[in-house]
Amino acid sequence: MTNATAGRRPSPLAYGLMTVLGWTAALVMFFPIFWMLLSAFKREIDAIAVPPLLVFEPTLENFAAVQGRANYFGAAWNSIVISVGSTILGTLLALPAAYAMAFYPGPRTKDLLLWMLSTKMMPAVGVLVPLYLLFKNTGLLDTRTGLVIITTLANLPIIVWMLYSFFKEVPGEIIEASRMDGAKPFQQFALVLMPLALPGIASTALLSIILAWNEAFWTINLTAANAGPLTAFIASFSSPEGLFWAKLSAASTLAVAPILVFGWMTQRQLVRGLTFGAVK
Amino acid sequence: MAKLQLQGIRKSYGSVEVVKGIDLTVNEREFVVFVGPSGCGKSTLLRMIAGLEEITDGTLLINGERVNETAPDKRGLAMVFQSYALYPHMSVGDNMAFALRLAGVPKAERTRKVQDAARILQLEQYLDRKPGQLSGGQRQRVAIGRAIVREPRAFLFDEPLSNLDASLRVQMRIEIARLHRALGATTIYVTHDQVEAMTMADRIVVLNGGIVEQVGTPLELYHAPANLFVATFIGAPKMNMLPATGRLARTGAALVDLDGLGQIEVPVDTPVKEGQPLSVGIRPEHVSLAETGPITGSVEIVEHLGDETLAYVMLAPGRMITVRVAPDSDVEVGDRVGLAVRAESVCLFGEDGRALHVPSLRRPRARQAALA
Repeated sequence: MTNATAGRRPSPLAYGLMTVLGWTAALVMFFPIFWMLLSAFKREIDAIAVPPLLVFEPTLENFAAVQGRANYFGAAWNSIVISVGSTILGTLLALPAAYAMAFYPGPRTKDLLLWMLSTKMMPAVGVLVPLYLLFKNTGLLDTRTGLVIITTLANLPIIVWMLYSFFKEVPGEIIEASRMDGAKPFQQFALVLMPLALPGIASTALLSIILAWNEAFWTINLTAANAGPLTAFIASFSSPEGLFWAKLSAASTLAVAPILVFGWMTQRQLVRGLTFGAVK
Repeated sequence: MAKLQLQGIRKSYGSVEVVKGIDLTVNEREFVVFVGPSGCGKSTLLRMIAGLEEITDGTLLINGERVNETAPDKRGLAMVFQSYALYPHMSVGDNMAFALRLAGVPKAERTRKVQDAARILQLEQYLDRKPGQLSGGQRQRVAIGRAIVREPRAFLFDEPLSNLDASLRVQMRIEIARLHRALGATTIYVTHDQVEAMTMADRIVVLNGGIVEQVGTPLELYHAPANLFVATFIGAPKMNMLPATGRLARTGAALVDLDGLGQIEVPVDTPVKEGQPLSVGIRPEHVSLAETGPITGSVEIVEHLGDETLAYVMLAPGRMITVRVAPDSDVEVGDRVGLAVRAESVCLFGEDGRALHVPSLRRPRARQAALA
């Protein structure tokens, strides 16, 4: 660099270049979603037209067809129950675990945390058959209860890890001060730790909802018509009879719309939560 | 008010022993300061007394009752932390009332006690604020207020002033001392700052490497250190320490050779052997500049502090001695000077660091009255 201040204050040219680059990256990432949205309102014949059509006569017939073929609202309800249910259950299980690990660590706490995370590295398909049989024998197959359980277990390591790192940010002396003040463990937790870690807990819950919503492997493999959430709903449109792009797009649009809106509304909290430990 | 007794208190983390058997009695209304370098175990000891840290071995008695296994809040002690450890989400008033709230004290009484404490600490107009809106000194006062409202049997302070700037530290030091006098509460105060220890304590406990080096009043420690560690740790500027060898021994006195710098005669309690390696400790105020003397050197640095002047005199390469001279002294860098040592005020230490002789102590009357 010839200009010593260039590193700190970009020149107008560099600034413009960065802006263009940023927008390009954003557009490239957004384009598939945009195209999906567009295709959802096309007729099947327009959706596969070459060259692709940007101007066309919009139609809602795909949405009607999708709802006619599969039960969107049923699937959406299942998604909500599974993601919210697993988040509540997972957070309730993870809060005391993370609290104990952060404030009363034992000699094996670090190992335990790493082991929990390592379970996420195992290919899920490896335990599919045993789990399938377990679910079949316990009558959990194709039930929302079963999916809440499996999604909770799948996301639990991440929830514990996130909560653990948030709790670690709370100075230990504050908890000790509350012990001196006579707070019982539950009071330390509820009256001191929870209010301080609430932003972190909220971020964790948001992430857990999104992860559960997007979870496709277990939901597709362990459900049929009854408890299938939106992931299974979309998958059902990729059928041996061929792909119907417009209908698939309509189904996908319907599937991602709720979580997209949810993510957009909570993005501030999410980003804050995810960078919390990093920028201390 | 409480009397605390520590009997053979030990603390180990795995195979590492950090507190190695401490016996100590803290009397009612006494202000005891634990002082020592970092890592000496003073904070660990305080945390064991508080109940935040388990006692590995030994017995802790409060008013004669064993409390080793008693929960922190049941010991009736209040602690002020270095980081203040205020609850950031609660107002100042709620911070101070928290312990009372947990104890089920009725709201009216809670409010009254918080008001009382706030008045003592001049925090009345801040009761509705959050700790984040206060300055460091105010936060420290809130932390003290939180301790006061509980009306504890004893106060524990863990380096409470080390996060404050120098002028505020002096001010808070005075406030804590004043508070102690007003409340008359048994207090244990941990610090690494020997000035804090000297100015506030009724008795100082000097800790080093997990053991007690010496317990005594500030002046006892200053004038009659039990060993080399205490001698050099207490006092600023430090006590001058000169290596020496025992020469001629007589009853009650010995001639010591300051290893090539000259010889001085000092009083001793235990006879010194010929050739015995010794350390001679001389406080900067117990040596003065003279035209000539048994010891000579050249002035390297002169520090003018206003009320006093310190001259650093080089006796031989690597051997410097600090001399406290009159503030109007005209001593200059480069002067060749002789040194007159007040032999009766000199400390003498043996090879093992233990004191062979310390000057006899003159207790000021005021302190004796305060202790009585």
